[in-house]
Amino acid sequence: MGPELTKKERCMLDGECGEGKQQAMEILLALAKIYGAKGMVPVTSAQISGVSYKTIGDAGLEYLQDLAARGTKVEIPACLNPIGMDSEDWEGMNVPEQFAEKQLAILKAYVSMGAKPTCTCTPYLAGVRPKAGEHIAWAESSAVIFANSVLGARTNREGGPSALCAAICGVTPNYGMHLEENRVADLIVKVDAPLQDRSDFGVLGAIAGGVARGRAVAFRGIKKAGEDELKYLGAAMAAFGSNSLFFMKGITPEWRVRDGAEEMAVGGVEMGRMRKSLDSGPEQDIITTGCPHASLAEIKEIAGMVKGRKLKKPLWVCVSRVVKEVAAKRGLEKVISDAGGRLVADTCMVVSPMEEMGYRSTGVNSAKAVKYLPTMCGQKVHFSRLGELLEFEGGKGKKVGKR
Amino acid sequence: MILKGRVIAGGHARGPAMVTMQPISFLGSVDPKSGVVVEKGHELEGKSIANMVLVFPRGKGSTVGSYIMLQLKKNGVAPAAIINLEAETIIAVGAIISKIPMLDMLEGDMYSLIKDGMVLEVDAEKGEVRF
Repeated sequence: MGPELTKKERCMLDGECGEGKQQAMEILLALAKIYGAKGMVPVTSAQISGVSYKTIGDAGLEYLQDLAARGTKVEIPACLNPIGMDSEDWEGMNVPEQFAEKQLAILKAYVSMGAKPTCTCTPYLAGVRPKAGEHIAWAESSAVIFANSVLGARTNREGGPSALCAAICGVTPNYGMHLEENRVADLIVKVDAPLQDRSDFGVLGAIAGGVARGRAVAFRGIKKAGEDELKYLGAAMAAFGSNSLFFMKGITPEWRVRDGAEEMAVGGVEMGRMRKSLDSGPEQDIITTGCPHASLAEIKEIAGMVKGRKLKKPLWVCVSRVVKEVAAKRGLEKVISDAGGRLVADTCMVVSPMEEMGYRSTGVNSAKAVKYLPTMCGQKVHFSRLGELLEFEGGKGKKVGKR
Repeated sequence: MILKGRVIAGGHARGPAMVTMQPISFLGSVDPKSGVVVEKGHELEGKSIANMVLVFPRGKGSTVGSYIMLQLKKNGVAPAAIINLEAETIIAVGAIISKIPMLDMLEGDMYSLIKDGMVLEVDAEKGEVRF
């Protein structure tokens, strides 16, 4: 039996709602067949990947322009993944002009279809925050695992075209993470190590993701974890193991563990070993944080660390534009820029053309960034705690805060 | 002979079969201007897939491959139709946006039934390959 469509979905497939919706429904139907979905499920928001010119190139740009030229529009709130540059400050970032032109053309095509130019991997920090049980169609892997695990929303890891089709039709094939029977952990990770800061959560995520390989993970033994810590954990799990769901006893809204689930313990030794393997040495032409995009709380903390001092190396704090604007209003952006840092909106170290901007080595506190910077940007990566990455004129000085 | 299959992208096409047992990545492995396979060591290296009924197991590599298929179509060098063992997202999306008829999961062993150069008629409305 193939997937069953509702009357409205059938109308879209038959072309009664325009060519763009017809093609989008055709794609969703093909995906439903491939993944064995019985039908579609309505979604309340979409987050679309395949937005950086660096990843989709001229081929992707042409496709989006064709689609937009046909008058195709999105049906539900849709935001975008980070692009290859700050859309308002690309010159300040030293992004090549030719790249910028193409990038702006991609953005224009999406916006003309009705997508919001909110380019972020953290839509939940930028006004698109689904509630528990809500079905959504998100694409960026760290946003997907955060939405499923921390917010209790339901989404598969969509690809760029499938998330765009979901935005255009307002539905997505009903399989995988949309079905409660699949939201069960097959691996229990008992944590017996101090988790001092966000980078430790990334290290734990790299270990758990590498073992789980896509299976949902249930963590025990973690007493306290805020949203920023869970964001770093999930991002690393998704990057190292393609995971899209975890549970944490007493912290996440859901907790389901399969009888007979595999168990593993993670202690200080495993944490230390992974931390060491993530670091390829102390060189850093630039320091980047905000992978995933920084919250206001993180920006406040960074401002506290750099206030009244001069950074030796450039610092990028990658954020969504929404959060950047709040940080600017509260004077936090000025504190960071006075110290020689920069709040970089819409983009991040991984999707911007860092290698074309002359950087060879990058300091990061995110395990996810360690995974992608060498292959996507040709960078040598120094992985450490943020407090240790930041070096100031006139010596490192006293440690400012443990983060 | 008629082989039944599952419709992934609708349409109708006729052309000679080009068969490979190896998965294909469109990004980086096929030149979008000429339709020639450029991946080093691929069974089809140096051959043009233009207007062929391309028979291969599945896609691989980057999801941008879907958009490369559209470029091939615009440049007039896309395959006439695609037959996969089992479709995955990249090739399925690429076939639909490029309007390349596509079937998968043919009944019987497609590799013993379909030989290189055989002229195939792909009816991706009925879900049939005729030859």
